[in-house]
Formats: sequence, C-alpha cells, structure tokens
Amino acid sequence: MAAGEELTLSGHIQHHLTNAKMCTVDGSVVFNKACSEAGFWTWHVDTLAWSIGLGILFLWIFRSVAKKASVGVPGKLQCFVEMVVEFVAANVRDTYHGKSKLIAPLALTIFVWVFLMNLMDLVPVDFLPAFAGWVGATFFGMDPHNVYMKIVPTTDINMTAALAIGVFILMIGYSIRIKGVLGFIKELTLHPFNSSNIVVQILLIPFNLLLETIALVSKPFSLALRLFGNLYAGELIFILIGAIGLAQLPLHFVWAVFHILVIVLQAFVFMMLTIVYLSMASSDNH
Amino acid sequence: MNLNATLLGELIAFTVFVLFCMKFVWPPLMNAIEARQQKIADGLAASDRAEKDLALAQDKAKDQLKDAKAQAAEIIEQARKREAKMIEEAAQKANAERDTILAQTKAEIEAERNRLREDLRKQVAALAVAGAERILQRSIDEAAHSDILEKLVQEL
Repeated sequence: MAAGEELTLSGHIQHHLTNAKMCTVDGSVVFNKACSEAGFWTWHVDTLAWSIGLGILFLWIFRSVAKKASVGVPGKLQCFVEMVVEFVAANVRDTYHGKSKLIAPLALTIFVWVFLMNLMDLVPVDFLPAFAGWVGATFFGMDPHNVYMKIVPTTDINMTAALAIGVFILMIGYSIRIKGVLGFIKELTLHPFNSSNIVVQILLIPFNLLLETIALVSKPFSLALRLFGNLYAGELIFILIGAIGLAQLPLHFVWAVFHILVIVLQAFVFMMLTIVYLSMASSDNH
Repeated sequence: MNLNATLLGELIAFTVFVLFCMKFVWPPLMNAIEARQQKIADGLAASDRAEKDLALAQDKAKDQLKDAKAQAAEIIEQARKREAKMIEEAAQKANAERDTILAQTKAEIEAERNRLREDLRKQVAALAVAGAERILQRSIDEAAHSDILEKLVQEL
C-alpha cells in the first residue's frame, strides 16, 4: 500500500481524484508520487491520453464521414454527423455575423470533443481505474494503489484551462485583426467611461483599463472554471455514490440520468460562449 | 489549482484538432450539405415546373379533344346531309324513271289495244259479211249491197 493513503473513504476518493503523473527527475522518467516535487513540468498522462484519444476518435469518425460524404441520399452515420454539423453551423450563423472560416469548425471541435470527454463521466467510476490497477499490478508489478487513472479529462483543470486559453488567444487575435492594435487598446482604455474633456479622459484611462481587463480576463476564467467545476462536482458525486454499497444502484441511475443533461449542456455552453466571445471580439461597436 | 505541463500538451492538441477539423472535416461536410440543399431546391423547383407543365398539357389536351369532338360532329352532320340528299336524288331519279317507263308502257298498251281493236273490227266485219253472205247468198248481190256492208263494218 502506498504511503500516506489508507483504505479509507477519503483515501478512496483521493485516489480517484488523482491524475496519473509523469515527469523527469534527474534525467529519468518517473511516475506518480515521485513527481510530487516536479512542479510545472509534470504531465498528466491519463488526461492527455484520454483527451487526445477522444479527440482522434471524434476527428476519425467525422473525417471518415466527410471523405465519402455523398450529395445524394446520406447514410445513417452521415445523417447523424450532418445533424451535429448543421446544429453547430446554425448556432454559429445566429450568433457570429462576421465572415470566418475558423469559428464554425472551432465550435464543432469544442462541442463534440468536450461532449465526448464529459461522456466519460458516465462510465462507472471504478471500472477503468480498477482495470488500470489490475493491468499495472499484473504486467508491471506495481502496487494497484499506486496506479492512478482519471478517465474524465474535463475534471482536470489543465484540460479546461487549455481550451479556455486557446479561446482567449483567439479572442485577442480576432480583436486585433478586426479593430487593429490601436482599436483594441482604445477598446480597453476608452470604455466604459469616456469624456470629451481630455484631462478627465486621461484620468479615466487607468480606471477603464482595470475594468476592461478584468472583463476580458474573466471570460477565459469563467469558461475554464465552469466546465471544470461542473464535471469535477459531478464526478465527485459519482465517487461518493459509488462508495455507499448496494444502495448506490438506484442513486447512480438517477444521477447518471441527470448527468446526461449536464454533460451535453456543459459542452453546448462552452461552445456557445466561445462563439459569443469571439463574436464580441470581432464586433466594432462596444 | 494544479496547473502543469499538461496544459501545454492540451493546448497543442486543441490547436491541432481545430486545424484538422477546419481543413479536412468541416469543408467537405458543409459542401455536401449545401450541395444537397441546392439539389433539393432544384428538385422542388423542377417538380413545380413539371406540375405547371402538366396542367398546361392537360388544358391543351382538353381543348384538342373538344376541337376533335366538334369536328367529328360536323363531319357526321355533313355526312347525314349528304346521305339525305343522295336518298332524295335517288328517289327523284327512280320516280322519273318510273314515270317514263309507265308512260312508255301505257303508250305501248294503247297502241297494242288499238291494233287489236282494229284487227277485231276487221275480223268482226269479215265475220258479219261472211254471216250475211251466207244468209243472203242467193238474194243479195254482193256488189249491189256493198255500200250497206261497208256502213256496217264502219259501225262495228
């Protein structure tokens, strides 16, 4: 048994909520607890593997449909894929009025990818971690309690933050592309308070800058933390329900049914807010 | 919070996925959808057009049918008239012929009767003369009484 982790409820939960880590210490690759001192250069291999795997799954399915997409009568899979694409395209059309080749595929990627990652939340909480523990113990001679496997990438703040930062970079990029650097700076400094008196205006600039910067930076924060918080809490409740013995079955069912709504909704909200933020970044009128 | 290098990895993955989606997934799917929409719109327009054409053709066919019916009625009417005329002509011709034949026959009969009557009168006269001759053989001189006999013959 791993040091500092007893077979208690909190230990069990702790085990479930810990990512599999990988890092290099003194030139050699080490895992998990050995990485406690590695700081920033730690890789969550489970998050990376599951998220990239799911992303490739998404792109593989959609690409295989896109390759043989027929103009005539579509097959069932093509119908489904086109339905998703149409849904995303309709949302983008309604919200984003500029011309951009990037927004719609971006929204589609976010929607489907986040949905698939959230969907992992519906896999019973102990299945894959227990399987990973068994594999680790059988083939690598590891202590199963030292094998970590967190299968829902969106319960990892790194995942959601990466998405949010990606969107944030695009927001700034679009702002500068549409309004120019000067326009972007003006937007940050001359709103929401402005005055025709130049002296007053100059006095107002730091205040405006503070407000606008907070407004700007709060967007990626809210994106990342909303998704992370919802999924982390949902996962935690699954783990708690899973720890109460036989009575878990009806509770699991109820929570899972509710969670079906949550995972779709969170994926949709992330996509929608991305479109809205980018549309705000590309519009001139403040 | 537990931010670490995973974030960079995910950021790269995110970028790659979005770019892949933008290059290889979205355009063909959107093209297929839009092309199909166009195709369906064209098909609907064509069906509308065909419907209009059909109505037009039906109207035309109805008109033609009406014309044909009128024409047929006219032809029948003409034929009937001609038939009546032909019958009338034939009847007239037959009547005329009948009249001719009748007149001819009457004339022939008349001629025959006249001839027969003449013959008969002659024979009766001869007979009467012969009878009178026998009765009056001795007393009457043929030459003396010939005028009387002639008169008798005239009266028969």
